[in-house]
Amino acid sequence: MSIELKLQIERPEFKLSIDTVIPKRGITALFGPSGAGKTSVLRCIAGLERHPARIQVGANVWQDDKHFLPPHLRSVAYVFQEPSLLPHLSVQGNLEYGFKRVPKQQRHIQFDNAVELLGLSALLHRNTEQLSGGQRQRVAIARALLTSPQLLLMDEPLASLDDDSKASILNYIDEVQQQLNIPTLYVTHSTSEIVRLADHLIMLDAGQVIAEGEINELLTRGDLPLAHHADAGVMLKGTVAAHDDEFHLTVLNVPGGQLAVSKKNIAIGAPVRARLLARDISLTLIKPEQSSIQNILNARIDALIDDADPAQVLIKLELDDCHCLARITRRALSKLKLNVGMEVFAQVKSVAVVS
Amino acid sequence: MISWLSSSDAGALLLSLKLASINTLLLLLLTAPLAWWLARTRCRLRPVIEAVVALPLILPPTVLGFYLLLFLGPNGWGGQLMQLLGGHPLTFSFAGLVIASMIYSLPFAVQPLQNAFQSAGGRHLEVAATLRAGPVDRFFSVTLPLARRGIITGAVLVFAHTLGEFGVILMIGGNIPDVTQVASIAIYDHVEALDYSAAHSLSITLVAIAFTLLLGVYTLNRRFRLLGSNP
Repeated sequence: MSIELKLQIERPEFKLSIDTVIPKRGITALFGPSGAGKTSVLRCIAGLERHPARIQVGANVWQDDKHFLPPHLRSVAYVFQEPSLLPHLSVQGNLEYGFKRVPKQQRHIQFDNAVELLGLSALLHRNTEQLSGGQRQRVAIARALLTSPQLLLMDEPLASLDDDSKASILNYIDEVQQQLNIPTLYVTHSTSEIVRLADHLIMLDAGQVIAEGEINELLTRGDLPLAHHADAGVMLKGTVAAHDDEFHLTVLNVPGGQLAVSKKNIAIGAPVRARLLARDISLTLIKPEQSSIQNILNARIDALIDDADPAQVLIKLELDDCHCLARITRRALSKLKLNVGMEVFAQVKSVAVVS
Repeated sequence: MISWLSSSDAGALLLSLKLASINTLLLLLLTAPLAWWLARTRCRLRPVIEAVVALPLILPPTVLGFYLLLFLGPNGWGGQLMQLLGGHPLTFSFAGLVIASMIYSLPFAVQPLQNAFQSAGGRHLEVAATLRAGPVDRFFSVTLPLARRGIITGAVLVFAHTLGEFGVILMIGGNIPDVTQVASIAIYDHVEALDYSAAHSLSITLVAIAFTLLLGVYTLNRRFRLLGSNP
């Protein structure tokens, strides 16, 4: 099932045009500054706003020149920026609202399944006003999932939350994605959210798509602003290789070698993602044997990229089949005589692991 | 039936209550679509219609009564239409009182309903639409429950306002016992005849009814707020 999206929005002093295919797997982030029209794109896909568009999901045309399917007939779920629970219904009432309206044979997500996935069983009989912001957003996500949608739309679902709730919701969104694998379009202007969540990226600016593609490719492209961000980095996909009980470590297989991290309670062989920030990676020409930094990956220099700070330079590294970034000083670049094509060792000072 | 009232006063009170009940029911049903439209529309005529709806609030009841008398009387359009349909003119009849009361209480129904529909719409309806609820489904499962406070407020205001109606009724209903003589007019009659004790009995009964109604609304409102029914 593919999701084709062709859309034109024209308002006074604002134009937006998109022509893309949303991947049928994983989370696609719609990324851009505030006012780039991201929310309008989601609203148009849901049928809440009407603009000239062609939207096709699998074999179903939701909208084209002749057809316009109203929102309640589109198999889409929408998680709004603020949780927007129906105030006259309990948590359970909210969850059942969409669930009951989907015909039985189309329900592939069961009620108890969604409740468990988002940790809501203790809250079912609560009134929505007694919930914290994070709890409300969890209810909103579960309520959306319970319509068993073909496409999940999320409009900055973390924007109204405090930092602790953000971290918790991110974990829930991850879990939902792994368990249910619903194609998701996620609107955000936060770089850390896209690095954390996205598999695929559509970058919007001034009403145009300026780049789209696999997340790590775009994160490491020197001509895009992402690589120049202070928190620039990549998310490497890997698997759990082993646990080391003596030193309380978990060893991960990732492109370019292995990384040891603080022990995680994850089964051997399970997929994990490891976040590597450009500023946490240093380069050496000889494999260091006597260093406290034990995480070392084999890499090849793919490109040298000027950084905003003239004292720094970004090195795009190739690790087997993917890329990452290292931010080093120009002086180091000159002293080590680094150049494109050279084999180097990337010392990783810090890794954040997401299961 | 009510021992401290004479049988004609009890009849007048019952007529008042019957008029208020019928008026409340009809007005809520008939004005709901108008209030819904006013709450949603971007039509340029909206302020004009809102002003017309609010007119009974400030017009002297005699003005309303006078025009209704002309309109519903044997020579008015309304009266002639009724005669064409084989009926009688509506002046000095209970049906005429109902029509007059509906116009007199129009803003008391439309305004609370319009406010309720306005605050019960927007994002919640969009949420319901993305949760597969069609337009009619959304009205019954989201708008009505969220608007219930406004609906109850509107109903009580209309009911109480109709009980207290005087000028318009006197103009078009006259004072026919058991047909158009409602409680407020019976009180006026007693006072004119200097029968203060009968006027007292009927007046204090109306005070008690009005107080009970309002007490009921405020208690309900409190309960609803505790339940968190409205955002």
